[in-house]
Amino acid sequence: MLHHVINILIHLALLLAMPPLLPGVINKTKAFFAGRKGPPLLQPYFDIFKLLRKGMVISSTTTWIFQAAPVVTLAATLLAGLLIPFGPFAAPIHFTGDLILFVYLFGLGRFFTTSAALDTGSSFEGMGAAREVTFACLSEAAVLLGLLVLVRLSGSFSLTPMLLAPLAHRPEAPVLLAAAGLFIVLLAENSRIPVDDPNTHLELTMIHEVMVLDNSGPLLGLIHYGAAMKLFVLSDLVLHLLVPFHIGVPAADWVLFIAEMLAMAGVIGVVESFMARLQLRHVPTLLAAASLLCGFGFVLMVR
Amino acid sequence: MTQTTPSSTMSFVEIINGQPLERSAIPDLPLPQFQNAILDAVQDGHRVAALFGTPHQDPAKLNVYAVLADDRRSRFHAAGTSVSVDGFPSLTPRCPQAHLFEREIAEQYGVKPLGHPWLKPVRFHRSYRAGTDAWNRTATDVVQAGVMEFYQITGGQVHEVAVGPIHAGIIEPGHFRFQCDGETILHLEISLGYQHRGVERAMQGGPDHRSLHYAETLAGDTTIGHGCAYAHMLESLSHCRISPRAAAIRGIALELERLANHVGDLGALSGDVGFLPTASFCGRIRGDFLNMTAALCGSRFGRGLVRIGGVGFDVETTLAADLLKRLDVAEQESRGAITLLWETSSVMARFEGIGTVPKDTAAELGMVGPAARACGLDMDSRRDHPSGIYRFSHVPVSTWRGGDVFARAYVRWLEIQRSIQFVRDQLKTLPSGELRSAVAALQPNAFAVTMQEAWRGEVCHIALTDAQGRFERYKIVDPSFHNWMGVAMAVRGKQISDFPLCNKSFSLSYCGHDL
Repeated sequence: MLHHVINILIHLALLLAMPPLLPGVINKTKAFFAGRKGPPLLQPYFDIFKLLRKGMVISSTTTWIFQAAPVVTLAATLLAGLLIPFGPFAAPIHFTGDLILFVYLFGLGRFFTTSAALDTGSSFEGMGAAREVTFACLSEAAVLLGLLVLVRLSGSFSLTPMLLAPLAHRPEAPVLLAAAGLFIVLLAENSRIPVDDPNTHLELTMIHEVMVLDNSGPLLGLIHYGAAMKLFVLSDLVLHLLVPFHIGVPAADWVLFIAEMLAMAGVIGVVESFMARLQLRHVPTLLAAASLLCGFGFVLMVR
Repeated sequence: MTQTTPSSTMSFVEIINGQPLERSAIPDLPLPQFQNAILDAVQDGHRVAALFGTPHQDPAKLNVYAVLADDRRSRFHAAGTSVSVDGFPSLTPRCPQAHLFEREIAEQYGVKPLGHPWLKPVRFHRSYRAGTDAWNRTATDVVQAGVMEFYQITGGQVHEVAVGPIHAGIIEPGHFRFQCDGETILHLEISLGYQHRGVERAMQGGPDHRSLHYAETLAGDTTIGHGCAYAHMLESLSHCRISPRAAAIRGIALELERLANHVGDLGALSGDVGFLPTASFCGRIRGDFLNMTAALCGSRFGRGLVRIGGVGFDVETTLAADLLKRLDVAEQESRGAITLLWETSSVMARFEGIGTVPKDTAAELGMVGPAARACGLDMDSRRDHPSGIYRFSHVPVSTWRGGDVFARAYVRWLEIQRSIQFVRDQLKTLPSGELRSAVAALQPNAFAVTMQEAWRGEVCHIALTDAQGRFERYKIVDPSFHNWMGVAMAVRGKQISDFPLCNKSFSLSYCGHDL
């Protein structure tokens, strides 16, 4: 019983504290490949703390939705993070059907983020919201098909048995196909290259960043924090499929999990260093490919 | 395509880059003949290098001068006419090249080109002439940049996106108004003028000790280009011949300016598509080229290098050897960073077929510089209207086909290679000569045109001197003035998310346009 409590506490601590490290690692990796020194590894933490201490400017055209959105999004992501197992350890909350809640918690966050973007009345933000929901339609399908592969593999409708199922099997084609599809979704959902460019200052090309242009101070800090957490949670999802290994000693497994997370951020950084962004109109093709990969994996499972 | 003077411009007088004429030699034509000659000349492939107004002794009239560039024969053709201040028939419907020039005349002198299809302010300043301006605003009405009637499209899916004048990046102010159908741009209207400083008017009554500084700061990234065009103007009006050494140093500086900007732009293009390696390396290599200019004259942007009658700084043997070494390193590094662009398929997918300007559109709009050469227009004033060192050392003209973002990027890469070769040759064989030659008083009652191929395209300066040899009118045409319409055409019907990339591929100047 005690080790369960300890594992849950470690789960919570990592979920709360580690996410901003991932963008830090990505930026360091990108800087390395660009021949630059790059910002400090902990820069995302500094940025979030700086923003939390600042004042806010809130457009007088906005309503409560604008201020509620970052909070709701962060809360939804946090809850999703409690539904998903880290490494070989069961999630703090698990029940049959939690995968649907998991997917739609992100949907809830998106609903509020896009509503807040429309709330500002800015033409940029409306454009960003339109892009976000268009692409979400496609990535949601990919995520559900990817999870169906695991449902079939584990015979369960709960994320913990589902995501721990690959541990018991050798890496199989359907799981790897789903992993590839979900990796694309991971990049798209977290506004990474090749889908979006988190570093650009060009409003007309942005997807996610443009929706939060009007945010400042603590609310912007929450958005950055929530975005890092989403990256963390979705990376964990992909890791379960991609590297289903465990050592068996809890302490060692936690270290392995952290190392895998950092490696994942490194891989994202490498992808961003070697690729340019796609043309916006080609993004749906990429996401359709992600759905096809997951879908094909599912077909292989039920054959 | 004939080698003889086309009959159309028989009525115009021939003038060569940097060779002044008596003002009395400039024909004063009746308006219809003046306009028909321009139309015929443009039909023959000449370009409108400048079309500008200047006050007439009779307050009810306005002088209008045209300078046409005949690139094949290395000649300009100039003529003047006078129009009534009540208006004159617009040339634009028959000659799109005249479009912005006529708007400029309307704004500066309150004289309307009648039938102009797009008569809107250019720089949002008050008319130089007393009374109401071309938009019937009186002297007490507020004139504010960006305040005008914008073209609007209405309909279910159509939405309007306004960008600027304050941008998210560190760039100059300009307003872009998009009419979009979803993600597709139906129309882009560009409204500039936020950087208007009144340089042309400040030049009037000159030259004085400020004039060269005005020229150098017309567009900060074209310091050498405008500096050379202005210095060349003063030298030609005073019949001063600069030494071969001074000319070579100017050439080196002009090419270094081109190198720094082209490399910087390729890096920025790479950054705009999110491809970091080239973006980071080119940003640094740009600095290396700027530092070479700094080694020449102490200023990374070349301020103070070009002086009237020559140059302010010599290139000693040790400096030349040092620059040659740095050039070798920069060449090797830029080759590595830039070829990476062409070899990365995800970058090429973003560059190819984006922001295409057809060749005939480019010619019709009178586009200049690398943007025009990327459409396959074979023009470069270093070859077509050579002055200074370019009369002796030739730089091959680099053109490409397609007119898309890739072509504009690739022409820059070709020019980078040619410019490095040119600078290397010059540094190895620097001629001797005085750094500065004495400059006499300017020729009175003269008309002169000077043109330089700056990195962005041709810089054209035109001066009219009065009886005392002071500037009565000083007309400046920055290449951006010719090319902004090209940006609007390049993005029409394209994706709005590709606009920043298209815009960067032109890399036009706001203050060069706004003067």
